[in-house]
Amino acid sequence: MNLNATLLGELIAFAVFVLFCMKFVWPPLINAIEARQKKIADGLAASDRAEKDLALAQDKAKDQLKDAKAQAADIIEQAKKREAKMLDEAVHKANAERENILAIGRAELEAERNRLREDLRKQVAALAVAGAEKILQRSIDEAAHSDILEKLVQEL
Amino acid sequence: MAAGEELTLSSHIQHHLTNAKMCTVDGSVVFNKACSEAGFWTWHIDTLAWSIGLGLVFLWIFRSAASKATTGVPGKFQCFIEMVVEFVAANVKDTFHGKSALIAPLALTIFVWVFLMNLMDLIPVDFLPAFAGFVGEQAFGMDSHDVYMKIVPTTDINMTAALAIGVFLLMIGYSVRIKGVTGFIKELTLHPFSSSNVAVQVLLIPFNLLLETIALVAKPFSLALRLFGNLYAGELIFILIGAVGLIQLPLHFIWAVFHILVIVLQAFVFMMLTIVYLSMASSDNH
Repeated sequence: MNLNATLLGELIAFAVFVLFCMKFVWPPLINAIEARQKKIADGLAASDRAEKDLALAQDKAKDQLKDAKAQAADIIEQAKKREAKMLDEAVHKANAERENILAIGRAELEAERNRLREDLRKQVAALAVAGAEKILQRSIDEAAHSDILEKLVQEL
Repeated sequence: MAAGEELTLSSHIQHHLTNAKMCTVDGSVVFNKACSEAGFWTWHIDTLAWSIGLGLVFLWIFRSAASKATTGVPGKFQCFIEMVVEFVAANVKDTFHGKSALIAPLALTIFVWVFLMNLMDLIPVDFLPAFAGFVGEQAFGMDSHDVYMKIVPTTDINMTAALAIGVFLLMIGYSVRIKGVTGFIKELTLHPFSSSNVAVQVLLIPFNLLLETIALVAKPFSLALRLFGNLYAGELIFILIGAVGLIQLPLHFIWAVFHILVIVLQAFVFMMLTIVYLSMASSDNH
């Protein structure tokens, strides 16, 4: 074995290389690796969470859809009922209206008839008086026989 | 083959297994054979150049990934780098239970650096030495046999020992930091034999110290020698295969395929043992 000064040179070189590696090579590499490992772990955890969230949201959506369907059915049912009721009411109202209008018409008709009858009666009375006047022109004093005439008019 | 006709097989192998040396003799810089008497202050310039070059390649590749690292969708290059980083981080996390900003980058540096240095073993053994010989001959007027080039730094015991000693120093540092000086000394002296009787305990201390010291020192030794031994042997077999003529082609292929395993495995083992030793050093319970 020929150990010589080479050993010292190599020892120094070894120390320098290790120090350089320790200062400038190892930390950036291992930090990058560890940071990436953390990133990947975080990403995996996030995707797990998202999967769970998705399942939850799907369940919720299903429930909501069911609720909404039930509600819609309810509303339709109510609307149908109301429609029937409204129709019923309208029919009733229309009937009442009709009755009302008919009654008014009848009343008016009656009144008209009465008035016409009154007129007719008066005219007949007048005619009767006129006729009587013509017949009894000279013999009857209008004033003296007015009560008979009135009575006649009443009877007509 | 860079070797000329007059070279024997053993000198060819010897040439391949010799590092390019540099040293100062009488105040002037000299190379290779002139350094045979230089003793400790010899520098293996090929080991230094290749290992530091590969270390810079490692840092450049990983730094360029690190500076562009995004926490979003990574590109292919970043993915690849992050695979390596995560592999190392997972091993560190499984083995080292304390908290330390140093262990993981240390493990990454060791793994990739050692892997890259081992990878040089797959370059055919004659290519770069022959090229270096050619350059030396043409550019510097040297005899190409005097140009040495050993391109696998981990086949140099200096390289593996430097790594192991670095780890060893960290082991001692962690031991002292976690357990304190007295705790560390206690660990070396009061185990594995202990007694409630004080006199007996005092008697046992030398044995304990001997055993524990051997156990402690064996760790960097085994680290350095395992890596060196595996790669040196692999390199030697590549050189031998390279010397047997045309039949080397299938042989070379088989050995290279097998060696891919050794290259990665030795880098991994060095990293793993480093983490284990530092984990042991920083854990309180013996």
